[in-house]
Amino acid sequence: MSIWELANPRRFMALSGRILPGLSWAAGLSIGIALVWGFFFTPDDYQQGSTVKILFIHVPTAFIAINAWLMMLVASLIWLIRRHHVSALAARAAAPVGAVMTVAALMTGAIWGQPMWGTWWEWDPRLTSFLILFIFYLGYIALWQAVEDPDKAADLTSVLCLVGSVFALLSRYAVLFWNQGLHQGASLSIKQEDNVADVFFYPLVLSITGFVLLFVALVLLRTRTEIRLRRVRALMLREAR
Amino acid sequence: MLPELGKYAATVLSAYGVTLALVLGLVAASIIRARAAQRALDKLEAPRTDV
Amino acid sequence: MTGARALLGRELRLAIRSGGGAGLGLAFFLILVLLVPFGVGPSGTVLSAIAPGMLWIGALLACLLSLDRLFQADFEDGTLDILMMSRLPLEALVAIKAIAHWLTTGLPLLIAAPVLGATLHLPDAAQPWLVASLALGTPALSFIGAMGAALTLGIRRGGLLLSLLVLPLYVPTLIFGAATVSAAATGGDPLAALTFLTAITLASIAILPFAAAATLRLQLS
Repeated sequence: MSIWELANPRRFMALSGRILPGLSWAAGLSIGIALVWGFFFTPDDYQQGSTVKILFIHVPTAFIAINAWLMMLVASLIWLIRRHHVSALAARAAAPVGAVMTVAALMTGAIWGQPMWGTWWEWDPRLTSFLILFIFYLGYIALWQAVEDPDKAADLTSVLCLVGSVFALLSRYAVLFWNQGLHQGASLSIKQEDNVADVFFYPLVLSITGFVLLFVALVLLRTRTEIRLRRVRALMLREAR
Repeated sequence: MLPELGKYAATVLSAYGVTLALVLGLVAASIIRARAAQRALDKLEAPRTDV
Repeated sequence: MTGARALLGRELRLAIRSGGGAGLGLAFFLILVLLVPFGVGPSGTVLSAIAPGMLWIGALLACLLSLDRLFQADFEDGTLDILMMSRLPLEALVAIKAIAHWLTTGLPLLIAAPVLGATLHLPDAAQPWLVASLALGTPALSFIGAMGAALTLGIRRGGLLLSLLVLPLYVPTLIFGAATVSAAATGGDPLAALTFLTAITLASIAILPFAAAATLRLQLS
């Protein structure tokens, strides 16, 4: 089956309806196991003490916060180039999820930073970039809500997502120029020696997997909602005529 | 029951609490919206009885 | 070319004559800078420390003030449809509108900024860099703003949404603009930030008219 068959809303509804229950269970289970594992069965870090446990929620939420925007960018491009409605609606469905994950990453970071850095908020490049990302999410969601015609809303938000991506990236580097930070380096990277220790690594990977599954499940559910609402709108317009 | 969290207990617990609240809130909101959309659609697609 | 010149002339005349609001941005800038000492106190050291940032934020907000009318008025009375039918490419139309916006809001700020900088105790050495950074940076504000104005065209009460969409896009410009001035004020090297600022402006001028024109086509299709 080609991925483009999902562009047909009927097929999308059928397939997503079939996989959604299993996906939700898998997401719930892996997040549950990962958090129990991370919370109860990992040792304290010699520097950070028990606050290292925040890693298992901070890193996955931050990961989703960034990648949700990337997914929206790809979906917006597909809408602009191939005009598949499901794609535009998926981008719309992903935005609130990304925004909430951004807030979660910011708040866990602030709570962790309070004892570690001695302050709730530090104008550190990574924190600042996330705050900017959050504002981009807000603008994107607000534009969807402000435009009445659905196709025009999809067009405009897609353009905003494209332009916003360029400026978000630009801001990321401008912010580095503006202030060097306190934030530690990446917790996960291709280079094995930069990674966190193994005891933390496995529950962290499981937790990230769980959050990715959760993201996919939520986007599918919300896209199904958007498709249904679109259909409701069409039927009501027909009845009004 | 709880593992020994030491002097950072409040920090760790509040971080987990905030995240769980946010994620569960998001899931709940998504499900409520999905059900509402489903209901609205079912009502419109149901065979008309008043005509 | 004559079409472009005629359009630029029209835009400027509309802005300058009554109700156009060309002076409003400048007045807003003056008031904002006047309010700063009331907010943070009259201490010269504090004022001179925050002067670069305040002047740049003032420029940002003053620029935003007249943006929502950039395409809206012409959209409402149908002029935009007629302009789109002319031989002038839509990209050029957007660029001319952005240039006219800069001439009526950015340029006056540039002239007023040194005076206001002096009232905020900005060191003399930083004054030329303030003017240079505004001269090289504010065109980007107008071009980015044109993009935002195109996106929010036709939305009822779009002004607030426009701020929400455009202000995050102004972040890189603000960072490099204010960094230029504060580097000069504290004896650092302002040239690095000024170079980045110029790069953003040039890229905005080169790319954004195309994006904004594409948006306008989607809006009016």
